[in-house]
Amino acid sequence: MPVRTVYTAKIDHIQIMDEHGVVDEKLAHGTLSDQEVLELYKYMCKCRALDETAFKLQRSGRMGTYPQNKGQEAAAIGAGYALQRGVDWLVPCYRENAALWMHGLPMHYVLLHWMGDERGNQIPEGVCMTPLCIPIGTQMLHATGISWAFKIRNEPKIAATFFGDGATSEGDFHEAMNFASTFQTPTIFFCQNNHWAISVPRESQMNSETVAQKALAYGMPTVQVDGNDLLAVYKVTKEAADRARAGGGPSFIEAVTYRLADHTTADDARRYRDPKEVEAWQGKDPVIRLRKYLTARSLWTDEQQASLDEEAKIMVTDVIRAAEGIAKPTTDDIFDYTYATLPPELEVQKRTLRTHSLGQYPEQAALSSVR
Amino acid sequence: MTTTQAHAAFNPKLRRRTDDETGQALVECNLVESITLTLAQEMDLDDRVVCLGEDVGVNGGVFRATDGLHARFGGSRVFDTPLSESGIMGAAIGLAMGGMRPIPEIQFEGFLGPAYDQLVNHAARYRTRSRGAITIPMVVRVPVGGGIHAPELHSDSPEAIYAHQPGLKVVMPCTPSDAKGLLAAAIEDPDPVVFFEPKRVYRLPTREWLQEDRYTIPIGQAKVITEGTDLTLISWGASVYQCLEALDTLPEDISVELIDLRTISPLDRDTLIQSVQKTGRCVIVHEAPKTIGLGAEISSIIQEHCFLYLKSPVQRVAGFDTIMPYYKLELDYLPNASLVSEAVRQTMAY
Ligand SMILES: Cc1ncc(C[n+]2csc(CCOP(=O)(O)OP(=O)(O)O)c2C)c(N)n1
Ligand SMILES: [Mg+2]
Repeated sequence: MPVRTVYTAKIDHIQIMDEHGVVDEKLAHGTLSDQEVLELYKYMCKCRALDETAFKLQRSGRMGTYPQNKGQEAAAIGAGYALQRGVDWLVPCYRENAALWMHGLPMHYVLLHWMGDERGNQIPEGVCMTPLCIPIGTQMLHATGISWAFKIRNEPKIAATFFGDGATSEGDFHEAMNFASTFQTPTIFFCQNNHWAISVPRESQMNSETVAQKALAYGMPTVQVDGNDLLAVYKVTKEAADRARAGGGPSFIEAVTYRLADHTTADDARRYRDPKEVEAWQGKDPVIRLRKYLTARSLWTDEQQASLDEEAKIMVTDVIRAAEGIAKPTTDDIFDYTYATLPPELEVQKRTLRTHSLGQYPEQAALSSVR
Repeated sequence: MTTTQAHAAFNPKLRRRTDDETGQALVECNLVESITLTLAQEMDLDDRVVCLGEDVGVNGGVFRATDGLHARFGGSRVFDTPLSESGIMGAAIGLAMGGMRPIPEIQFEGFLGPAYDQLVNHAARYRTRSRGAITIPMVVRVPVGGGIHAPELHSDSPEAIYAHQPGLKVVMPCTPSDAKGLLAAAIEDPDPVVFFEPKRVYRLPTREWLQEDRYTIPIGQAKVITEGTDLTLISWGASVYQCLEALDTLPEDISVELIDLRTISPLDRDTLIQSVQKTGRCVIVHEAPKTIGLGAEISSIIQEHCFLYLKSPVQRVAGFDTIMPYYKLELDYLPNASLVSEAVRQTMAY
């Protein structure tokens, strides 16, 4: 036979809860209990409230550039909830705040980061994650390495890395995938396909029909999931986590979601994006979807929503107060983390806050009167 | 004349007038507007010129440096690329070899990282390793430097890294008129040019009237901004403005010669040497870390050529030898007018 098929593949798309909050009971079975959904819904509302307030902080000059997470909360929360806090590692980008907070990052740290303060990256002891990552598509390799270390030491832990659709165009992404699959590391590659990379739509970013299929090239289990569907995201992430923990190697998840806000506060999406597209996706908002689901099951009332909104407002105020209550660091902060031990030249720079030598060094102190 | 007319329509929002004395068509631009205008002019003149990069198309670039180019020249001259700096740089090298004149944009200097291998190990070396058979005429546009309250990796000054690479030319104009002439010269140049654009001065409130017709400023020529006899102050990029501010605070009887390098590689040694031979004192100001920065090279040139003329040690006012801090501390990191002024006074008093 001169021609034979040596490889075929398919990509599944999974949705459990549709945009009206209606659930496929069979698929939903064994995912999250109603009580869990209720708690995660409350948490999602709080994350949304903080995200919206962060936007306003930037607008009123109290914070620098901020990338809103709005619309992508189900992806972050569903994935985060499927991982073990304090055990598994998260290796994020910047659009999964809700997962980071869930795993123990104090909420105000994220604000601090965007307020131009590295202390927002000083991950507390016992919290297992890397800081927000600014260079796109670079952090996935670290997840591969972290989970490789777990594998080498036979620890039942995994690393999950989050990144956007655009990030899958970077070479490092492919190298991370190839390493992970070659060494069969316990890694989850979680792509938040929010349809846009700043102004570039996903269809112009790549010519492949799905992002998920990129994993086929690396022989990795891969799936596309409705990223605004908490139950489905939880289910596929849990499966990937269980597989990885059991020695089954890495998995890829493409969570199809949508960036409801501008790319960041420095962006104006009206320049390149049809408002009708945004409107259509507003209807698929994960918050609305969950509320419909809970309401239909008589688990949620308008009164409960009102009191939750109140609670969220208080929480947001506290978080902002915590972030803004942290005074500007001293200039020592510029120097102290460069090395474990400061080299002598840096000691001088730290002490004098000067780089020119006159007046800083004893042998050059013999200056006549300086005007 | 034809070019002036062709471009009167390009960005009609810019103010235009005719110079009373010379009859020259003038246009009023800030730095970024001047860059956009020049790109449009060059693309009009030469079909081989194409722009590519992340968000440079419909969105006009995150700094709007390519604003309006997609509308004017279409998607076959202005390309939104996938999010991949190595891809942008490597493909631009290929475009150049394929007979185009590519102008890749790297969104921020911090993202040159993934493109480093292509730029340094290929673009810079092709002429040499092919003994001149293959050349890479391309202009890599990169916003550079701090001072705009940006996130991490959006505020660095890596020019010395690229200046250290033989085979690359590196320019960093800081005024609209210099940017126009240098960008045209860079596009014309047969070799790869890294064109750094100091983002802190992209949109200074005072615009500059400049000649609208095409002109070039030779790569490799520094500019004497103010002539002086006591001390040579050398800078480039946004720090030139800190130097200008410092000049205002100095006693009037200190006569400072302020030089804007404009081109970082190749360095205009003659202008620097002549100036320091005249003044006998020199202060160099740059945003990048001090150690092994460009100031070290300039200082060395001065030591080699002006040794017997020197009245005091050459001084460097630079960034600390640390990671560029996030923006809460960035003004504590960047050289400022008062530090420049202090270094000048101490040098005078030596
Ligand atoms: C290496 C690198 N190149 C460019 C940028 C500038 N940039 C920041 S976000 C972004 C788009 C990212 O798109 P995607 O990966 O889809 O993530 P999203 O922002 O949509 O969540 C770009 C180009 C960067 N931060 N890092
Ligand atoms: Mg995206």
